[in-house]
Amino acid sequence: MSKRIGIEVSIAVADAVGLCDVDVVAAYPITPQTHIVEHLSELVADGHLNAEFVPVESEHSAMSACIGSAAAGARTFTSTCSQGYALMSELCYIASALRLPIVMAVANRAISAPINIWNDHADLMYARDTGWIQLIAENGQEAVDLSIAAFRIAEDKKILLPVQVNLDGFTLSHFIEPLTMPEQADVKKFLPAYKPALRLDPDKPVTFGPVGMPDIYTEARKAQDENLKASKPIIQEIFNGFAKQFGRQYKLVETYKTEDAETIIVGMGSIAQTAMTAIDGMRAQGKKVGMARVRVFRPFPAKELIDAIKGAKNLVLLDRVTAFAGGEVSGPVALEIKSALYDRKLTPKVGNFLVGLGGRDITIQNFEEMVERVASAKDGELPAYEFINVRE
Amino acid sequence: MAKETGIKSWKELTLGIAITNPGNAAELKTGDWRSMRPETNREKCTKCGQCYIFCPDMVYAKDAEGYYAQNYYWCKGCGICAKECPVDAITMIQEVD
Repeated sequence: MSKRIGIEVSIAVADAVGLCDVDVVAAYPITPQTHIVEHLSELVADGHLNAEFVPVESEHSAMSACIGSAAAGARTFTSTCSQGYALMSELCYIASALRLPIVMAVANRAISAPINIWNDHADLMYARDTGWIQLIAENGQEAVDLSIAAFRIAEDKKILLPVQVNLDGFTLSHFIEPLTMPEQADVKKFLPAYKPALRLDPDKPVTFGPVGMPDIYTEARKAQDENLKASKPIIQEIFNGFAKQFGRQYKLVETYKTEDAETIIVGMGSIAQTAMTAIDGMRAQGKKVGMARVRVFRPFPAKELIDAIKGAKNLVLLDRVTAFAGGEVSGPVALEIKSALYDRKLTPKVGNFLVGLGGRDITIQNFEEMVERVASAKDGELPAYEFINVRE
Repeated sequence: MAKETGIKSWKELTLGIAITNPGNAAELKTGDWRSMRPETNREKCTKCGQCYIFCPDMVYAKDAEGYYAQNYYWCKGCGICAKECPVDAITMIQEVD
């Protein structure tokens, strides 16, 4: 029987990766991801985890080592964030194109400058177009559960793509939360031993990563994109399988009090916890507010999200990243949603807010202000995006 | 003539476009973008084999009569053979089509 314990989320994520019987961990420490990697190196050094821990000299080398390791057929894990992610990013495109099921935890952190080690989603959005599957945790339990589900998703024969597990830096990574650690035996049942479809093998040589000239590059990209498209229903099936094994059900999009909501807040990650508290308060005042939370950003679950928000008159779309879009189009999360609304000829009133940048707290009052701002705005009054909680 | 590879539907590609039959470089058609093609005047040719030695690809191979014949499947039209031929037996001809 699994026990409920109090544990720092980073340590719990590392323990969860250990439960997944990972073969290789190649990572470089960076705040606020450090404790994940540190604890994995302890598990290996103390003999609790039978894996190779590769202490590389940079994140670029970390992903290079992961690509080699995954290509050799090993279950592979790494973790990074922010500047570290930026340094490894060119290899990330290659990991997905070579269809290597690497799992990476990203303790989301702002990108410099100004130098800032605190939480926002700049690295998550930086990774958006790399062809990885992106999962986003709301709390410690979810960070643990998604870390385990991530291996199952990555290694599914019909998917075979690398997976990012995003958890908000500090807000999640450094908090001690009550959570249930899965049992090793249950993880074994849920996550079978990894059998690579193709691997580097001297007895049966293959070439990974050949040149793709103009006559094949388009086909290679199309094949990869079709694969990511096909992954969406399989991810949900795997979440359903997870629920059967561990009793916790996850969906691509999670909803809170959306059924009769006139205003729906859409966001990702730990911000949803404050949002739900704010919603309870607004509901107590008779305001019909709800929330839809995107748990999987790539592949983007447009259908599931639209099903959740289509009844709302007002949308409060949150981007935890600076848009740098020039003021006339929205931030990245809002862009996806507006595009999905347009495709379905839906025209609710939309406000896009840039919130929680570089570790700035988002308060219950902020949520009330955003909801009020959209609800009371006249047609055409709302800009493509605006900063919230900014000193004038 | 080797089979032309690389022209495939996206549905037929191997996982991550990995190459699962190694040593297949000879199958890749590299002679599809030349603007000039080398032709040998056999009246002048002394069968010395300089063209075969200098060709950076593998266009030249000895035929039954001992001449070095071109296989245009791989010829990029670089002109090194024509330049190196000691008796000027090789001429570069403009490709037209």
